[in-house]
Amino acid sequence: MSFINLKDKVVQVKVVYYGPGRCGKTTNLEYINRTYRKQIVSEMVSLKTHGDRTLFFDFLPFDMGKIKGYDIKIQLYTVPGQVKYNATRKLVLRGVDGIVFVADAMEKQREKNIRSLNQLHENLQSYKESIFRIPLVMQYNKVDLKEHGIPILPTSVLQNDLNSRLKVPYFEASAITGYNVAATLKKIISSSVISIQKKLL
Amino acid sequence: MNYGIVSQEQLEQIDAILSDKLIKLGVDCVIIIDMAGNIITAKDNGENKYDVYSFAALAAGNFATVDAMAKLVGEQEFSLLFHKGKDSNIHFSKIDDELLLISMFGRDISLGFLRLNVVDVIEKIRNIWDKK
Ligand SMILES: Nc1nc2c(ncn2[C@@H]2O[C@H](COP(=O)(O)OP(=O)(O)OP(=O)(O)O)[C@@H](O)[C@H]2O)c(=O)[nH]1
Ligand SMILES: [Mg+2]
Repeated sequence: MSFINLKDKVVQVKVVYYGPGRCGKTTNLEYINRTYRKQIVSEMVSLKTHGDRTLFFDFLPFDMGKIKGYDIKIQLYTVPGQVKYNATRKLVLRGVDGIVFVADAMEKQREKNIRSLNQLHENLQSYKESIFRIPLVMQYNKVDLKEHGIPILPTSVLQNDLNSRLKVPYFEASAITGYNVAATLKKIISSSVISIQKKLL
Repeated sequence: MNYGIVSQEQLEQIDAILSDKLIKLGVDCVIIIDMAGNIITAKDNGENKYDVYSFAALAAGNFATVDAMAKLVGEQEFSLLFHKGKDSNIHFSKIDDELLLISMFGRDISLGFLRLNVVDVIEKIRNIWDKK
């Protein structure tokens, strides 16, 4: 649920990066945090384990500037990807306005991507929200590994596995080099803002 | 999903209640957030500069976690949520299923006194909300 403050003319939009363990969700936010210093007013908050795995969420507030006189504040979150953390994953999804599904393009992660997407579908249902209705963008991450000789799933396979029914916008990306991180972010922000505007009219 | 929109008039009424009933008594900072971690409004005594957006995200997570634990042990909810420090304390209170009121206060206010006032404030805010 986005929150709209008519007094101060502020709209808060919640965007969640979702995907299997180690697919690169936190790395996306770290790249955004490093690259867009001017639009980030406060520190990134990371609740993580000693091994740098996300335990609860990462949080990064991102200032979009004004649209039609309203200050748009994008609240970026990641979920913990490890299988055992589904209860906390669900908590983070509460009131979500837009989702980036980060898939791990490594060949050996094929099954995990599919399982994670299915669970996202179920988790949204528990909030009476639908994966077919919510603004969603696919990101096929780690494509840089191809250059290092690591087997990568072709985009056509990922599209077939994950996006054949959803048919949402998708990007090949490398969160570690920043390739298409901004493109993914821009797309999910515009989809989410448009969807909020529609619901308001 | 329902969209949370509060009118300017409602927010001004709520801000006035928070100032009158909590900030004037010596509470350092009061924030109303929703369960998704959005800020509805924040009031402080002018001395504290908390990063309210990060605070809201963490507070919503904290509340949701404790709530989920309550359900696991068969409780409807834990009614008192309070963190005590050396110089500052944080008190959480549920306004309704969507909203939380969080008060930060120092050593010069007792928990009992704060709770009494928070109950009063919540009652008044609910009245404003119901008129929506
Ligand atoms: N080569 C390569 N490695 C990446 C990329 N993105 C992330 N990684 C690496 O993958 C590992 C996991 O990245 P994280 O961002 O922590 O993954 P996560 O999705 O947040 O993982 P959880 O918090 O456990 O859910 C780290 O070692 C990253 O450096 C990428 O685009 N290319
Ligand atoms: Mg992570």
